[in-house]
Amino acid sequence: MSETPQLKVLITEDNIADCLIINKLVKDQGYQTFIAHNGFEAIDLFVKEKPDIILMDALMPKMDGFEAAKRIKLLVGDDFVPIIFLTSLNDDISLVSCLEAGGDDFLSKPYSSIVIAAKIQAFKRMVILHRTVQTQRDEITRRNEHLLQEQKIAKKVFDNVAHLGCLGASNIKHLLSPMSVFNGDVLLASRKPSGGMIVFLGDFTGHGLPAAIGAMPVAEIFYDLVAKGFGIEKIISEINQKLNTILPIGFFCCASIVDINYSWERIKLWNGGLLDVLLKKNNGNVHPFKSLYLPLGILPAEEFNAECIECDMKVGERVYLFSDGIVDLKDSEDKEFSLNGFAEYLLINNDPEEVFSHILEQEKLSFERHMSNIDDVTFVEIQMISEDVISNQHELVKNSDLRGARDWSMSFEMFNQTIRDFNPIPLMLHITMEVPELRVFNNDVCMVLSELITNGIDHGLLGLDSQLKNSADGFQQYYNLRNERLNNLSGESLNISLRHLPDAAGGMLVIRVVDTGEGFDFNAIDLDIPKASQMSGRGIPLLTRLCESIVYEGNGNTAEAVYRWKKMKDNNLL
Amino acid sequence: MSIVSHLSASGDVMKIGIQGRFDFGSHQDFRESYDKNDSSVKEYYVDMAKTTYLDSSALGMLLLLRDHAGSEAIIKIINCNEDVFKIFEISNFDQMFEISAA
Repeated sequence: MSETPQLKVLITEDNIADCLIINKLVKDQGYQTFIAHNGFEAIDLFVKEKPDIILMDALMPKMDGFEAAKRIKLLVGDDFVPIIFLTSLNDDISLVSCLEAGGDDFLSKPYSSIVIAAKIQAFKRMVILHRTVQTQRDEITRRNEHLLQEQKIAKKVFDNVAHLGCLGASNIKHLLSPMSVFNGDVLLASRKPSGGMIVFLGDFTGHGLPAAIGAMPVAEIFYDLVAKGFGIEKIISEINQKLNTILPIGFFCCASIVDINYSWERIKLWNGGLLDVLLKKNNGNVHPFKSLYLPLGILPAEEFNAECIECDMKVGERVYLFSDGIVDLKDSEDKEFSLNGFAEYLLINNDPEEVFSHILEQEKLSFERHMSNIDDVTFVEIQMISEDVISNQHELVKNSDLRGARDWSMSFEMFNQTIRDFNPIPLMLHITMEVPELRVFNNDVCMVLSELITNGIDHGLLGLDSQLKNSADGFQQYYNLRNERLNNLSGESLNISLRHLPDAAGGMLVIRVVDTGEGFDFNAIDLDIPKASQMSGRGIPLLTRLCESIVYEGNGNTAEAVYRWKKMKDNNLL
Repeated sequence: MSIVSHLSASGDVMKIGIQGRFDFGSHQDFRESYDKNDSSVKEYYVDMAKTTYLDSSALGMLLLLRDHAGSEAIIKIINCNEDVFKIFEISNFDQMFEISAA
């Protein structure tokens, strides 16, 4: 504060002579004065002039100083307006009653000009200090309200961008505090166009807005890439790279990501910096997946490793992801929600329905104990279900989207390096989705494309035997062999051509995949859907179910599938 | 919480001791402990013997130290108790720093 305005002093004194003396004294100190001769006048002037300091005679006619002081103190509210009693009374009891009436100090008659000046000066300092504190308090209150308001708006935006995706699916249970984004927690789930789903659980460093900000690009990349059919490794790498670019050093995101494949009853999993992901098997065992990598956002793309662990997960088995921040796990007073405790609980509890309510109870207990959300746990349980249970949730195409590409064909040829390093499915899907009504059949198209392309590469070009995938060990062997042969690929190519034509009922998409491999005896393929126990080899029978026709030509290295779709009636979900 | 740093007579080895909780509240002190020295330090020892607690902001601060130290310098985190060591294990910071238990 540079220049404080002139202080106003209200003098209340019924004795005219005393009044004149004090008035002169105070004026000489450079203060502005107002004069009242009794309590009523004092209150009137107080309301009108808002003085900073009041000098109050104790005994006056009409209304005495004690009563006036009481009423004025009621009027001042939060402000500090010191009242100094002027009194000829000298006994202790009278002096005490001055203070009890709300007085802040007293001066005994006869007055000493030096003492009056000093007292006013002292109270002036207190008044200024009080005002400073009050201004700061109001400022803090105002800023806090502002911050809460901002957080509310920010949360709305976050909720729209980092929406819950398919977390409402029947095989997912989750626990997420409504303001979790400001604790740095993000939980995302999305169905893959090829069926199955990907779930992402992240925990950003720190709290508040800095922790929340990273959630937006993560959600955007996640939903975008999953919808376009990219694989989990690509999604993880993209998120890492984005966070590495935008977050300042020292900020990062611990995360667990799970890719659920219903048709193969397999999961792929990546854990960087979060607690063990736990898999409860049908046989009662609990399998932990440790964090193998640094959190997202720390390493530059060239040092980052998005390699996932793969394993079987049978129908009915459940996988559990958590973030209670490594922080709370560690805090020694706070053992009630430790991971070890939960893993042990999972081991002895074989009733899956009870697990989630157990978690809720633990959370409630911990909340009651601390009366706050300090160990906000974000928790998600995903159950493996049979593919048939999941209904395809078809959305109606908006009328405004009905323009687009309907009659076209395209061809895309990949050679060695591209076959090895590039996933063509997102690109192909991107093009097929330009047919507006075909978008609702996204899942089917993606599945047909994936199967034909995978068959072309794995069996056509690499000569891998799908029988290998009939055992869990075989899976690993299959993938090792696949990588090895991919690296040694030479002089090969894979041609994918698509042709779309509309007809009265809907349209027809022809997908043709030609590889330069040796081919195979396509007459030997059993087109019956194999028994559920068989893990693979079901690709082609599945295609025959989805497609109008599937034809092999040449030596078996040309496959052509015809997918026919029908328009849906308006306002009528399939 | 208190952070004490000590520079060797030769000026190329620095030891930073962290006592008590190592969390967001230590940010300023931790930064100052190494910031006041020029970049002639080749080897940093972060002594966790008396560190009772570590959170993700602390991990972030170690990344800041790593950034300050440059790629040439070596950072060793020593004397970690079991709990602290476990946090380094979960976050896989042992892939970036040399970390040893007490």
